[in-house]
Amino acid sequence: MNWNLFVTELVAGITHGSVYALIALGYSMVYGILKLLNFAHGDVYMVGAFIGYGLITVFGGAEALSINIALLLVLMFVSAMLGGGLLGVMIERFAYRRLRNAPRIAPLITALGVSFFLENAAQLVLGAQFQSYNSFSWKNGELWSKGFMLPAQVHVGIAQVIVVAGAIILMILLTLFVQRTQTGKAMRATSFDREAAAMMGIDVDRVIVVTFFLGSALAGAAGVFNGIAYQQVWPYMGFQAGLFAFIAAVVGGIGNLPGSVLGGLIIGLAESFATGYLSSTFQEAIVFAILIAVLIVRPSGVLGRAAVQKV
Amino acid sequence: MDGGREINPVPARPDEAQVPKVGVDSWVASHEGRVRMNRFQRELARVPRPAFYAAFAVGAALVPALTNDAYVVRVGFDTLLYMLLALGLNIVVGYAGLLDLGYVAFYGFGAYSYAMLASPKFGLHWDTLAVIPVVVVATALLGFLVALPSRRLVGDYLAIVTLFFGQLFVTVYQNGNRISFLGITRGYDVTGGPNGIPDVDNWNLGGLKIGSVEGYYYAALVVFVLVLACVYLVDTSRTGRAWKSLREDPLAAEMMGMPVNWLKLVAFGFGAAIAGLTGTLFAALNTAVFSADFDVPTLIIVYSILILGGAGSLGGVILGALVVNVSLEVLRTPGHATWIFYIILLATLLVKLRPWRVLVAVLGGTIAFGFAAHTIFASAWPRSVHGASNIGGWLGRGFDSWSLHPSNGHTIGNVAFILLILAVLGLTLLSGWWRWIAMIPTLYLAAFVWDNSLVVEPSITRLILIGVILIVLMNARPQGLLGTSRVEIV
Repeated sequence: MNWNLFVTELVAGITHGSVYALIALGYSMVYGILKLLNFAHGDVYMVGAFIGYGLITVFGGAEALSINIALLLVLMFVSAMLGGGLLGVMIERFAYRRLRNAPRIAPLITALGVSFFLENAAQLVLGAQFQSYNSFSWKNGELWSKGFMLPAQVHVGIAQVIVVAGAIILMILLTLFVQRTQTGKAMRATSFDREAAAMMGIDVDRVIVVTFFLGSALAGAAGVFNGIAYQQVWPYMGFQAGLFAFIAAVVGGIGNLPGSVLGGLIIGLAESFATGYLSSTFQEAIVFAILIAVLIVRPSGVLGRAAVQKV
Repeated sequence: MDGGREINPVPARPDEAQVPKVGVDSWVASHEGRVRMNRFQRELARVPRPAFYAAFAVGAALVPALTNDAYVVRVGFDTLLYMLLALGLNIVVGYAGLLDLGYVAFYGFGAYSYAMLASPKFGLHWDTLAVIPVVVVATALLGFLVALPSRRLVGDYLAIVTLFFGQLFVTVYQNGNRISFLGITRGYDVTGGPNGIPDVDNWNLGGLKIGSVEGYYYAALVVFVLVLACVYLVDTSRTGRAWKSLREDPLAAEMMGMPVNWLKLVAFGFGAAIAGLTGTLFAALNTAVFSADFDVPTLIIVYSILILGGAGSLGGVILGALVVNVSLEVLRTPGHATWIFYIILLATLLVKLRPWRVLVAVLGGTIAFGFAAHTIFASAWPRSVHGASNIGGWLGRGFDSWSLHPSNGHTIGNVAFILLILAVLGLTLLSGWWRWIAMIPTLYLAAFVWDNSLVVEPSITRLILIGVILIVLMNARPQGLLGTSRVEIV
C-alpha cells in the first residue's frame, strides 16, 4: 500500500472537508430555522473569497506583500466575515423576508434567482477569469515551506494548519454561542417551532437576521480559507462548493450542527480519495452515490433525528 | 364487494356552487366572483382555451411567410424549443408541484441520443421516425430512474438530488470520451468529451428530409402543437387532477387513496419525455451537441419562462417564452436595448407613481438633474462626455447632452452598477417625500449604468436580468402573469 498517497489524500480531505463544514454549518442553520434551501449561500462564500483577494491586492499583491502575514490574515478574516454576514442579512431582508408564508416553491426559486444574480454581477464587475491568492509566494513562501512532517514523508504546510485550526475555532465559538447565550437559546427555540417561539415573546425576525449573519459570516471565512489552501477564486466557484456543502449538511443531518461538520469531513474525504485513487472526474459521481445511499438508508442523515411529520 | 346491495346516490348539496374547490382556500376560490370584468373581458373569458392556442399556432405559422430574415425564423425556432421545454417542466413543477432542477439533463440526454443514433459517430443513420420513439421512451425511463430514489423525498431534498443529477450529467458527458468499465477495459469514446458530437444528420422523416431553418421552424411548430394538445388533454384528465391534488396537499392526496409515488414517477417521466423530444430538434438544427449547452443557465432560462408565465398555465408557457426569449434576442442590439430600457422604465413609473403630481415632479426632476449633472461634469471634467449614446437622430443628440458617456465608461459603469444596486436597495427602506427625492439621482444612475456598462455586455446583462426577474416576480406576483394565485393550507 502506498502510504504516502494515502496520508496526502487524508490531509487534503480534512482541509477541504473543514471548508465544506463551515459552509454546511450556514446552510444547516438557515435550513433549521426557515426550512429554506438558500442556494445563494455558496455565492456568499464566493464574495468572501473575493474580499480576501481584494485585500491581498490592496497590500501590494502576493509577490510583494507590504504587510505582516499574520496581520493580513486577521484583516482578511474579519472583513470577509463582516462582508459575508452583511451580504447574507441583505439577501434575507430584500429577497426572502416577504416570502416566509408563500408556497414552498417560491423562496426556492427566489434563491436560485439570487444565486444567479450574484454570480453574474460578480462576473460583470470582477471579470470571468480565475484569480489566484498565490499563497505560495507570500514572503518567500513561508506559509507552505514551514510546517511539520507527518509519517510517510508527507509535508503539512502552515497554510493547511491555519485552515483546519481556524475552522475548528470557529466551530467551537459557534457551538458556545448557540448553547450558552440567550440569543443562541432563542435560535434553538425558533428552529424547534417558529410559531411557539414567537408566542413565547421571542423576536423571530431578529433571530432570523442573526442566523443569516452568523451563517453567512462562516461562509465568508470559508471563502478565505479556501483561497489560502487552494489559491483559485472565480465568480462561479460558489455554485459547486455550495452544492457539495449542502450535500454535506444533508449527509450529516440537516439542522444538526455537529452533523454538518461530520458531513463536511465525509464529503471532503470522499472527494479527495476519489481524486487520488480514481480520477478527479469521479468526484461528483462518488458524492452523488453517497447522497443517494444516505437518503435511502437514513433519510434524516447520519446524526439527524428522524423527523416526525406533523399534520 | 358489497354483495350487490343498492346504494343510494349521494344527493347534490344545495350550496354546491359556494363550496370551495379542492385544496384551495375559500377566499381564493371565490376570487372570480369578486372580480368585476368589463364586457370585453367577459366575452374573452367565454372563449374556450383551445381557441387561443389555435390562434397562436396560426399566427406562428405565418411568421416565416412574413419575413425573409433567416435570423428571425431562427429566433422563432429557439422560442418554440423553449416553449416545448417549459411545457414539459410545467407538468413536473406546475401540475405535480415537484421541484425538478435536473430537467435540462433530460433535454441533453435526448439531444445526445439523437446525435448518437444519427451521425457518423457510430456510423448509425437511423430514420427520424424510428429515432423519436426510441429517444422519447429512453428519456422517460431515465426520468423514472431519477425519480425512483427521490420519490420519498419532500420538496427541498428532491430539488437537491435532481440539481446534482443535472451536474452529474454534464460532468459525465464532458468526460465521456474515455469511459472504461471500472478501470479494467480500455477507455471508449462514447460522447466525444468536450468536443461533443459533430456532423449530426438532419431530420429524415421516412425520406422527407428537412434541411432549412424554415423547415425546422415548421417541424418544431407541429411538434409543439401536438405536445400542447397532449398536455391539454392530460391536464383535464383524471391524472391531471390527481397531480394537482398532489401539488396542493400530498398527505391528503395519499389519504384519499391516490398512488402518490406512481403519480410522481409518471410526472417525471412525462416531463422528461417532452424534454428528450425537444432535444432531438435541437441537435438536428445545430448539427452538433455539446454538454455545456445543457448546464444551469439553460435551466434557469426555462424556469424563468415558466415562472414568468405562471406555473400550471399553458397560455402562460407561451407568453413567458415569447417575453423572455424575444426580449433577450432584442437586447443583443445595443440600440434596441436602450429603447427598451427607457420604455420599460417609463412604463413602470407611469404605473407605479401615484398621484400624477409626484410622477411629474420625479420625471421633471430627473430630466433637470441630468442636464445639470451633464453641464457640471462637462465643464469640470471634459473626458466624462467623450462617448456617444447608442441611439441616433435628433432624439439621440438631445440625449447626448443629458446622459454622461465617459471615455472609460466601461470600468466606471461597473462600479456604478454596484452603487446602483445599493441605491435601489436603500430606496426600499425610505418612505414619503424622501423616497421621491432619492429616486431622482437613482434613476439617473440607472440610465448611466445601462448606457455605459450593461448595454455593451449583452450576454451577462441577459443573465442578470433573468435573475432579477425571478427575484422580483416571486416577491411581487408569485403566480406569474397568467397563473391563478393559490394559498398553501398549513
